[in-house]
Order: sequence, then C-alpha cells, then structure tokens
Amino acid sequence: MGVKLLLEKAQVEGIRSYEVYRREGGYRAAEKALKTMAPDAVTEEVKKSGLRGRGGAGFPAGMKWSFLAKPEGIPRHLVCNADESEPGTFKDRYLMEFLPHLLIEGLLISSYALGSNATYIYIRGEYAWIPDILEQAIGEAKANGWLGKNILGTGFDCEIYVQRGGGAYICGEETALIESLEGKRGNPRIKPPFPAVKGVWDRPTVVNNVETLAAVVPIINMGGDEYAKIGVGRSTGTKLISACGNINKPGVFEIDMTISVEEFIYSDEYCGGIKNGKRLKACIPGGSSVPILPANLLLKTAKGETRYMNYESLSDGGFATGSMMGSGGFIVLDEDQCVVKNTYTLARFYRHESCGQCSPCREGTGWMEKILKNIDSGKGKMSDIDLLWDIQRKIEGNTICPLGDAAAWPVAAAIRHFRDEFEWHVKNPQECVTRNYGLAHYADPLEVVG
Amino acid sequence: MPEEKKLFKVTIDNITVEVEPGTTILNAARQIGGEVTPPAMCYYSKLKNSGGKCRTCLVEVAAGSTADPRPMPKLVASCRTTVMDGMIVKSITSERVLDARAGVVEFLLLNHPLDCPICDQAGECHLQDLSYEHGKEGTRYEFNRRTFKKHDLGDYIQLHMTRCILCYRCVFTADQLTAKRVHGVLDRGDHAEIATYIEKSLDNDFIGNVIDVCPVGALTDKTFRFKNRVWFTKPVDAHRDCSKCCGEVQLWMRGDEVFRVTARKDEWGEIKDSSKGSTGWICNECRFEKKEAKDWVIEGPTKVSRHSVISQGHYVNVVKPKETLPDVMGGRAPKLLMNIHNVSEVNRPDIELSKIDGPAHSDDFKK
Repeated sequence: MGVKLLLEKAQVEGIRSYEVYRREGGYRAAEKALKTMAPDAVTEEVKKSGLRGRGGAGFPAGMKWSFLAKPEGIPRHLVCNADESEPGTFKDRYLMEFLPHLLIEGLLISSYALGSNATYIYIRGEYAWIPDILEQAIGEAKANGWLGKNILGTGFDCEIYVQRGGGAYICGEETALIESLEGKRGNPRIKPPFPAVKGVWDRPTVVNNVETLAAVVPIINMGGDEYAKIGVGRSTGTKLISACGNINKPGVFEIDMTISVEEFIYSDEYCGGIKNGKRLKACIPGGSSVPILPANLLLKTAKGETRYMNYESLSDGGFATGSMMGSGGFIVLDEDQCVVKNTYTLARFYRHESCGQCSPCREGTGWMEKILKNIDSGKGKMSDIDLLWDIQRKIEGNTICPLGDAAAWPVAAAIRHFRDEFEWHVKNPQECVTRNYGLAHYADPLEVVG
Repeated sequence: MPEEKKLFKVTIDNITVEVEPGTTILNAARQIGGEVTPPAMCYYSKLKNSGGKCRTCLVEVAAGSTADPRPMPKLVASCRTTVMDGMIVKSITSERVLDARAGVVEFLLLNHPLDCPICDQAGECHLQDLSYEHGKEGTRYEFNRRTFKKHDLGDYIQLHMTRCILCYRCVFTADQLTAKRVHGVLDRGDHAEIATYIEKSLDNDFIGNVIDVCPVGALTDKTFRFKNRVWFTKPVDAHRDCSKCCGEVQLWMRGDEVFRVTARKDEWGEIKDSSKGSTGWICNECRFEKKEAKDWVIEGPTKVSRHSVISQGHYVNVVKPKETLPDVMGGRAPKLLMNIHNVSEVNRPDIELSKIDGPAHSDDFKK
C-alpha cells in the first residue's frame, strides 16, 4: 500500500462537508501557514518539496511561484486551472468532486504565499455540477472564517471565485485560460510576456493545476523536506493517475511514483490487469497528447531497465523510445484495439479543439485528421504515412502554444512505433475495416525493439 | 553620448545592424531589407498586438545575446520577439527556417481557393508573393477545400471568407481605429471565420481601412470589384482637404479615370505615415466616394518598389548587361528552345514565311 496524501480521506463519509473535513484534520495546514509562517516561507517549503506541476508540463511549482513579479501597488492573482480537458484525464474532477475543501485549503495557503486577494478557479464547462460543489464549499469556508476579510485575524484577505468555462480544450493553456477569464475569446497569448509578469488584466498571475494546489496542503502539514522524501529523484510526492481503457479497475489512483508501470497495470491495488484476460498492446501513459508506447517499450526502457511511474523514467529515451508523465491520464489499449483508429480519434479531437489562431495548427490538424480518416477506412495510400510524418514535423514547435505539439506527438509516436499497422491498413483496404491488425510483436514485453 | 550606447547590435544572416532596444527581430531585418527580411502575413507595424499568428516570419535564434549566448530551442516568431544585444539570428541561412517556412506556406495555401484569376487582390497579394518566393509548385492536399458564403459587410466592403488566412489584422484595425467593433472571429480551428455573426454592415468612417490591411483578397472594395486588374492601373499620389482624415491617398488610374482609392503604402505593403506624422489611414468618403480626378490634387506617380506585377515596366535599379549572349556562353551561339523556321516544311517550302506580310494565312499558301 503506497503513501496517500491527497486521497487519504476521500472515502470518509460526508467529507464534502466542512464539519467532517475539519474533524478529519482539515484546515490544519491553513492555520499553520497563516498563523506561523511568512508568505515567503510557504513558497520556500513548496520549493523544498520539489513539487512539480501536475497539469502536464511538470514544471517545478515553487520555482514558478518565485518567478511571480511583485511590483508595488499592483494586485496579484492566483488562478486554479480546473479546465481538465485532456482525453483520458479525470483526476482533478475526482479531487474537486469528493474533496472540495482540500482544494479550497490549498488555494487559501497558496493565495497567502503569493499575496493573491482574489483567486479564481477556472473550471471547464462540461463539469456542470462541480461548480455548485465548489461554491458550497467556498460558502462553508467563508462562514467559518477561512475566506473573506482578515482571515484568522492575520489581516490577510482572500476571496475565491469559481468561473465556468465554455468547454474548450484550448482554455486549459494558461494564457488562453487568462484570456477566457477576462471574458475574451480563448486564444493563447504570445509569450513573452509570461503570466508571472502580465497575466489576468495585465497583473502578475500564477496559474496552477488543481492537483498541484491541493498538494500544497500535505506539504505544509508535513514540511517540504518530508514531502520530498516520498517518491524518487526529482519526482517527489504523490501523483494522481486516472487510469482508463481496457483494464479491470479504471479509476483514479494515488501513487508515490516508485512503483513500476508493470505493477501499476497488473497489481490488484491499481488497474488490476487487462480486462477479459487479454494482453497489453499499447499505452498512452500521460493523457492523450503524450506519445503512445507499445507494450515492450512501456514496461521496459530501451536500455532494458524497468520503467517506473515517474517523470524521469517515463520520459527515458526521449520521444524515440519514451513518453511523458503528462497529466496522468493513463490509457491502456489491449490486443483488440486498433492504433490507427485510436490515432484518428485523437486527431479528430485536436482538429476540433484547435483555436485557429496560428496557421500550422489550424490547417495541419484538419489535414492530419482527413488523412488518418482515409487510412482508417481503407482508402489510404502508402505515401500518406510519410505525408503524415512530414505534416506533424512541420506543426511541432512552430505554433504559438503547446496544442500544436500535443496534436503532433500522438501522430508521430503512432507512426514511429506502429508503422507496420499503418502499412497493413493501406495494403488491406477491405480487411482493415472488418478486423484489427492484431498484436504482432508489440505485446511481447520481453522483446525490446531498439 | 549616452543615447548611442543604448543601441543593440544584432546580426541577421551575418549582417550586423544596430537598432533601438525593444525593436523586434523583424523590424531589425527590415532595416537591412532584401531577402534577409522574413515575410510577414499577419504582423502589421501600425497595429498594436498584431503578429505572431501566421508563423511565416519564424527565424532561428542562434545566440540569445552576448550575456546569454545560448540558442533558443524553438524557432521564434520574429515579429514578436525583441532583439537583445549581441543576438545572432538566422533567417534564410538556416535550413530549419526555410523548411518551416515552406511548411507554413503550404498550410496557408491548403484551404486557399487560389482563385487569383478572378481575385481583385491579385497583383498586390501578399500570399501570392509569399507563394512565389517560398511555395512549392503543387499541393499535397487531396481533399475538398473549405468554402464559405460571400458576405456583404455594408455597401462598400465584401467579405470573401474562403480566401481569408485569419491574420486578425482587420479585427485589430476595427478595434484600434473605430469606436465599436462589430466583426470578429467566430468559431475555432479550421472552421474559424471572420464574421459579424448576424449579417451586419460595418458602419464606420474608417472601416474601409480593413481592405488595405487585408493581406489577401478576403476583404475587397465593392466599388472596385471586377472593374480592373491592379496591374493595368497606375498608382498616383494625390491629396485633398478632408475634415476626417489626412486626405493623402493613392489613386489607381487608367487614363483619366480613377478606379480605386487606397491609402499610401510603403515597401512592406503597410500604410505609410502621413505628412502630419500619424499613420495615414483614410476615411470612407475619400476611399469610396471621391472617384473622379477633379476631386483630387494630383502630386505625381507613386514609386512602386516591391510589389510584383504592379511594378511591371517600372524597372527600378535595373542594370542592362553589356555582354551579349555569345559572350556569356564562351562564343557559342545560344540554343533556342523553340526552333523558328522561316519556311514551312508542312505547307509549301518554296514560300519564305518572312516575306509574307503579316501573319501567315491559308490564302498565302494557295497562291
């Protein structure tokens, strides 16, 4: 049984309400931070903890906080990014739905550290019922003196507002989120200036993921150094993984980043193995935009070492033979799944969600989708595979925001690792619509293709 | 002199210039001029916040600055990246840049209808220039191009969204020039479109300027549509006393007839500053209603320096070579691609074609 810091109390009856949360030791960290620590000391603890952003990029949170510009007389803001729209990722939803007070407490401590008197939760439009849960929690916290004016007599004022998004993936990109929060069209801004200097209403802003902010609570409770001892290397603390796909036990799991991928998939404590006794074919380990890995490269790195569920190990080998931790959306594909169809589905998503601001992403995502649709339905040509490769190469890195990269990586990885499956689709136009390519050599964990 | 010390040295394709701090790479490159300057489809120096969207101006930064000479990992949009002292930039000397630029041109042309033969912008179209310079001869796109219905934005402007490359320039123009913007970008991704949502007319004295800033033929002047090709008309500088704008314009004339009135543009296709110092935006009255030569005080022909076909016949700085072809070819006579005969081997070889008055006709062979 791994360490549980965030979901420890998730199963307690009535934990959603303030009374139960408080009884279970809630708001202890907020009390400690506000009463006994200076704002900079809180930032220092977060820095010491080595907490990395849980939204996908894995940027150290403490470092991000210390970049925040602090000019005199200009308000600063903290924005909680709850626009969790990455296909396969649903950890923030779980956290907000079952432990709303944990997020509120994390927000309060972080707002105190950053000096934000108005803090926003930007939540995706599709989570239609969660804002009510959060607003109720905010109301309870306010009634008990945890929000509002002069909190705990420290002179610190803080209000938390919930802002519903319109349901756009792109608004999960921090600058697009800021634009949307300001009431504008959710187009990513061109950086620099970074939000730490000019964010919401041109004021210094920190945008953090729900899980990152919730993780501040255990960090303050146990101290940054203690928190850093959990996990391995630069992957400290615990991480929520939302596992889905062809597994026996889909759901949200808290892991301490020392377990191996194999254990995560096959252990009964976590995913519980592949559904219906099938074999593992491939896996997207960190949300739809990270590269897909065939089973052999997923369980072992190209060097033959065991792959672990942490930032470094998952990205071992770069994009050639590795992937990314991403946002923790763990999508498992069994032997019956078609990688081409899967890639087409993802391409369709990115085409739909591209904001249309910069040309490579606007035009390229649609083009890739159309080609993949052709290949998937048996109308593809051999040259289409190379064309896809060329298109993704011209999108990647040439766009304003990471959505272009996110659209390019899955296609690139699918072609890199499953080229024979694409070729089979082209060569067997009739057969590919009626049956799947099958396993070939992907599912054999012992054989590592270099 | 403390002011001089402030200048930043930046090297673009091995040419070093000194520019003011805060200058963008693109503007520094424009000071050098020529091929080094990255093309820009969405950036417009006269519009705040424009740029960064089309990605045609991507350049490689080989060294960030003297203080921090690390290269930037990604290609950067030169129109929105400011220079640092000692920055080394690669534009046309970088394979990566040329590759990315070719990619962007391909993306921009992907859904573009390429209806240049019936497009009023042809001849002064930035996308045409860009595709001549960086594009490929064919397309790899095998699907239907997206189309939109044509919209009338009031009595004077027509929106042909199919041609649009979503540079957002017209949106910025309406934002920054007029009191209330009624058009914008609807939808997202490849079905994003410039629209007024419910067909509304753009009704503002300065809204005509969106035609001038449009890099393609998406926004065209309805008083000029299909009247003439731009390369048949001659640009002439003219002015009039206008209470609303600077009144300094370019008339596009053929003979004595004024076909079109536009603002004056510089060598980058952007509206020039007027003699009063501010940007020379012109009002709708000057643009659409004063279509007679007598309305204007004509200053003289405009110097056309860059735009492709408008400058036909105006060869600026062209030196006629002194050598004849045999000189260049080491004494050999040039081999003509087309074999021109002076007798017809098919009809009557005894008739020498050059003796026939005018073009040969069947009657000539019946004699």
